[in-house]
Amino acid sequence: MKFSIKVRLKKDVLDPQGKVVQQTLQNMGMDTLKSLRQGKYFEIEINENDESEAHVKVEAMCKKLLVNLIVEDFEITKI
Amino acid sequence: MNSSIIVFPGSNCDRDIAVVLEKLHFQNTMVWHKDTNLPKSDLIVIPGGFSYGDYLRSGAIAAKSNILNEVVKAANDGCSVLGICNGFQILTETGLLKGVLLRNKNLKFLGKDIYVKIINNDNKFCHKYKQDQILKLNIAHNEGNYFTSLDHLKELEDKNLIPFKYCDHEGNVNEKNNPNGSLNNIAGIFNNKKNILGMMPHPERMVDQMISGDDGVNLFTSLLN
Repeated sequence: MKFSIKVRLKKDVLDPQGKVVQQTLQNMGMDTLKSLRQGKYFEIEINENDESEAHVKVEAMCKKLLVNLIVEDFEITKI
Repeated sequence: MNSSIIVFPGSNCDRDIAVVLEKLHFQNTMVWHKDTNLPKSDLIVIPGGFSYGDYLRSGAIAAKSNILNEVVKAANDGCSVLGICNGFQILTETGLLKGVLLRNKNLKFLGKDIYVKIINNDNKFCHKYKQDQILKLNIAHNEGNYFTSLDHLKELEDKNLIPFKYCDHEGNVNEKNNPNGSLNNIAGIFNNKKNILGMMPHPERMVDQMISGDDGVNLFTSLLN
């Protein structure tokens, strides 16, 4: 069973990398670009037949290692 | 005094710290991250460097290594723990210290001498310094921008858990003298019991007047008493 995980910085946390990428795109002439935030993406394959059980395990992986909950949020999707 | 320095793949300040501790007659042991036994220690140092190449987030992988379980136990029993630079990042990832070290505000790796002011010397790491003393130390980091919740920031200030703040050579603490964007110019913090210190500047690089200055040495001599 496969899952994707999107990790993004919480709204209130500054994202200097995203800001630089945004400014670069704007400098390249993409002048309708309004805002840009940079995040992380994981794909996880797990040996588990029960979807809800697998979801619980992926969520534990996020909370214990993949995500720093002080500054990041995450979203798990089955793929 | 018995000390242990934890060594990870990618640590690069471990031997500098060993030189200082041995010069001051600590009985020091280097402890590999895969070890599961921590020698009896009065002081544990988590050194700077790039443990695991900073993969995922600085300090995130090192925080899950075997030896860190033992460090957490010892820290909770009151052992003195000092995390410098990457060591500070590892301590926040373990949860021994609250908050997180984000990418420097200007996105540049900073390797330079800076000044910090002693904001609170009433603790076992800083009592050999004078209150408000200005130290010249060195920083070398890409993620040193300390961030935490507003409630925790207030707690740090109210309970005097901030030993150092970035300043200029005259001791002015303001945004202009904040190299990395840290909240309130924070260069280091304690836990509530003040037995765990995390700091971004490298005191071990300033221990010899002949080389670069010796403003860092009193951090280690403070611990001898």
